[in-house]
Amino acid sequence: MRNPNNSSIFYNIDWFTVLLYLVLILIGWANIYAAVYNEEHHAITDITQKYGKQMLWIGTAILLALIILIIDESFYTAFAYVIFGALLLANIAVPFIGREIKGSRSWFGVGGFGIQPAEFMKFAANLAIAKFLSNQNIKIADYRNTIISLLILGIPMIIIMKLQNETGLAIVFVAFIFTLYREGLSINYLVIGLFVTILFVLALLVNNLYIYIAIIAISLIAMLFYKRTLKNILIGLLIALLACGIVAGTRYVYDHLPEHQKVRIGVLFGIINVDKKKEGYNVNQAKIAIGSGGFLGKGYLQGTQTKYDFVPEQDTDFIFCTVGEEWGFVGSAFVIILELTLIIRVVFMSERQRSPFSRIYGYGVASVLFFHLTVNIGMTIGLAPVIGIPLPFFSYGGSSLWSFTILLFIFIKLDSHRLQILR
Amino acid sequence: MNQLGDRKFLIIGVFIFIGMIFLARLFYIQVIDDSYKLSADNQAFHKATEFPVRGYIFDRNNKLLVYNEVSYNLMVLPKEISKTDFDTAGFCDLMGITKDVFLRKMRKAILAPNSPMKESVFEKQLSPQDYASLQERLYRFKGFSVESRSLRKYPQKAAAHMLGYIGEADKAMTEKDPYYNEGDYIGISGIEKTYEKVLRGKKGVHIIMKDVNGREKGSYMNGLYDTAAIGGKPLKSTLDLDLQVYGEQLMQNKKGSVVAIDPSTGEILAIISSPSYDPNLLVGRARAKNFAALMMDTVAVPLFNRATMASYPPGSTFKLVESLIGQQEGVLTVDTRYPCARGYPPGGGHPRCEAHASPLALYDAIAHSCNSYFSYVFKSIIENKKYHDTYKAYEAWREIAMSFNIGKKTDSDLANELRGNIPSINYYDKVFGKGSWHASTVISLGIGQNELLITPLQNANIVSIIANRGWYYTPHIVKEINNNPNDTALARFKVKRYTMITDTNIYNNVIIGMSNVVESGTAHLLKIDGIDFCAKTGTAENPHGNDHSVFVAFAPKIHPRIAIAVLVENAGWGASWAGPIASLMMEKYLTGKVKRPDLEKKMMEGDLIHNVKPYVKHISN
Repeated sequence: MRNPNNSSIFYNIDWFTVLLYLVLILIGWANIYAAVYNEEHHAITDITQKYGKQMLWIGTAILLALIILIIDESFYTAFAYVIFGALLLANIAVPFIGREIKGSRSWFGVGGFGIQPAEFMKFAANLAIAKFLSNQNIKIADYRNTIISLLILGIPMIIIMKLQNETGLAIVFVAFIFTLYREGLSINYLVIGLFVTILFVLALLVNNLYIYIAIIAISLIAMLFYKRTLKNILIGLLIALLACGIVAGTRYVYDHLPEHQKVRIGVLFGIINVDKKKEGYNVNQAKIAIGSGGFLGKGYLQGTQTKYDFVPEQDTDFIFCTVGEEWGFVGSAFVIILELTLIIRVVFMSERQRSPFSRIYGYGVASVLFFHLTVNIGMTIGLAPVIGIPLPFFSYGGSSLWSFTILLFIFIKLDSHRLQILR
Repeated sequence: MNQLGDRKFLIIGVFIFIGMIFLARLFYIQVIDDSYKLSADNQAFHKATEFPVRGYIFDRNNKLLVYNEVSYNLMVLPKEISKTDFDTAGFCDLMGITKDVFLRKMRKAILAPNSPMKESVFEKQLSPQDYASLQERLYRFKGFSVESRSLRKYPQKAAAHMLGYIGEADKAMTEKDPYYNEGDYIGISGIEKTYEKVLRGKKGVHIIMKDVNGREKGSYMNGLYDTAAIGGKPLKSTLDLDLQVYGEQLMQNKKGSVVAIDPSTGEILAIISSPSYDPNLLVGRARAKNFAALMMDTVAVPLFNRATMASYPPGSTFKLVESLIGQQEGVLTVDTRYPCARGYPPGGGHPRCEAHASPLALYDAIAHSCNSYFSYVFKSIIENKKYHDTYKAYEAWREIAMSFNIGKKTDSDLANELRGNIPSINYYDKVFGKGSWHASTVISLGIGQNELLITPLQNANIVSIIANRGWYYTPHIVKEINNNPNDTALARFKVKRYTMITDTNIYNNVIIGMSNVVESGTAHLLKIDGIDFCAKTGTAENPHGNDHSVFVAFAPKIHPRIAIAVLVENAGWGASWAGPIASLMMEKYLTGKVKRPDLEKKMMEGDLIHNVKPYVKHISN
């Protein structure tokens, strides 16, 4: 029994998610207005100002969302690899034919506006990984499939990092670890990943000699609990050697990083003396802006730290500072909870899919959004290194807004057909 | 598939966990930790202080004593001075300084307690002329600005000690009272100190927002938190400027003090500490240099306020108090006679007595200031049968004496007042041993010597009490605050206070004696035409050199309008210097002019500091 309205493009779509989306972009817009507010330009619709431009981006993003809802859902499964391939090519091409902005050639210029293809690589990679993993014959536990999955994510990552020099946009692909985990990636990988991460951090913070001693000590103690067969001893030795290798490697890589990246990591871990006027300036100013907001904030348009340019990039990567300063803890918490609600909603929606493609794609959406949220807010409050990535639906910028809109609305479209289709 | 489905819980758990960490972190930096608010205010707000105009001070006849003149401080905010664009040569040229001086001053502005982020004074107290020429070109030198302040000015160089001076608050003062910032002006002495809170007014603050480049972005919240400076209130002093100036002229080139009080109100008409200084010296850029020079003058000690801080033995003027106590204690009547054989004990005692008839009764004993007589009186007070005990009698004597507001601070509104001293029983016990001192041991207390010490202010108050026949108002130097004589700060000067001797006859007897001092006694040369006045001379022996010339008086005898105490250091007997000065001042105050030009000239020209003649010690007074 078909619903009379099911021909409507809005049939069965998840209005709650759409509502969260709309609320976030509108709050974001209001905050961009506040961040670059100046007495001379009052109208929020003035398109010579960033908030006016953002209005255009929002309008076009909604148009994009409608188009996505109109397109038949089978298009996305059918053309997943094509879209992936096309955007991969665009990303390879952009360093050669793109426009140079702020030292990196990652933009296609269209009139006065710029488009950053790397932003769109996210949804393309998400389509591709969903397509690949939803294949009936694929089990990710098979290491060959693991490698192919990692290639689907790793290739765009390397292209964006190496060719376009956009670390922030590249590192996002790490987020898909959640998708892979959900789809059966062995927990061992995560444990090893965690273990390696701890070693990375320790290698930077602690005198390496102590770490080597600790590794040897732990290995020796482990020997007491395991059967001392030749095999176990060799495995233990190998693990210890690998651990030492990671520590030495981390140190080596850190020492040979480009200076600005070294400084960012150093600032985060407090291993270099932070000059609050230089390398520590961004984070310090961000924390001052947010911290000065207090419990209830200074009131809309009453912020001084963001409005008067103490915080750099206050309309894009550091937009959360405006929220923190003008709306205080209450507003900050509201925004974080709103973003998390959207993300968790997407997880629940993913779990209700009959089609693995839709489920995997949904997890990708949640993972990417979560990664952005974590790194972006983490950086403004001094818990993550300064990596230039936008706050989803909030930060100024057409490419990122379009990219998040496409990412999310493809999933909303897929979700609206969850009852009819079994792929 | 179900097994994998459970993995969503871990994933959602991670999402929520990170969210919680963020909320906790935000709660910490936004709600718990205040330091970010401070940092934000420090960098976005510039608090411009608006300094209030300090209150003027007038004399009792509304003549101006202290007013203000605007001066300008050149301020510098080092962080705003561009290392590349600043036109150092041009600036040095404008200021008329060398580059070395410029760099030295800049270093001072950057180093603690200043800082590159804090505005500090580059050049203090520019004159209006300098300011005018600077103002036109200052816009070229970003980081420099001008702040207007007011400086004290004194139309007459009178009453320097009493008006006091203001200085810049130092660190200790700012810690004691957070109203002040370092460098703010604060009253250091005199009226400026006592009435600091009234005179200073209230600073205003204007909060201006600045952007990251230091550009002004208007006032914060449209000035909601701005406050306007409230000017200090004007004070009306009790001083009579004409009398004050006249007294200072008489006292020039002499060390000593004059205190004149209106007995009916306790208002101080004139209060002089000599040598004095021009109060204008302690104002402006030359202040530090002038202050040091005044400090270094160890001969004249011009900064020392003798009127309230010098304790002198009162000498014979204290015989008045002895007369009062003797009558009160019932050991002395007007007919009591004691013999005098040129001093006490009879036959060349010490101090010696001038030749006069003997034995004398009370009036003439006062008139001739008989040392022997008052030694007997003191002895009779201490050996009073009523007590049967030296200690009890001494304590009674001391208690009555102290009720004349001596041996303790008078509670006046003069800054830095000292107590003087009336020796306690404990003190004598320590000196002589418990129980081993008697009236004869401390007999010179009877004639105002021994360990007895009184400030000139206290001595004038004693005369005031006698003039009033037993009561006084606490002496004070401020009459009205903001044209209001009933300001609460002045309430304590409106309370009539009584000594322990309330019988007016007792006072009248002493007053007859004091009248005789002028008519036929030690001050008979100092009569004022047409004015009956009462007086007492004194010659205070002191361990530091020649005797001090002391004189107390009030006039007229009926309805007294002025009570005066004069002390001229090392000037000999009371009627020689202190007496004429007191007499001239009373004449001046009561009649408006002085009809004794010769005496006036002699007093004004007398120089007891620079050409000290060897003084032949007089037998007595």
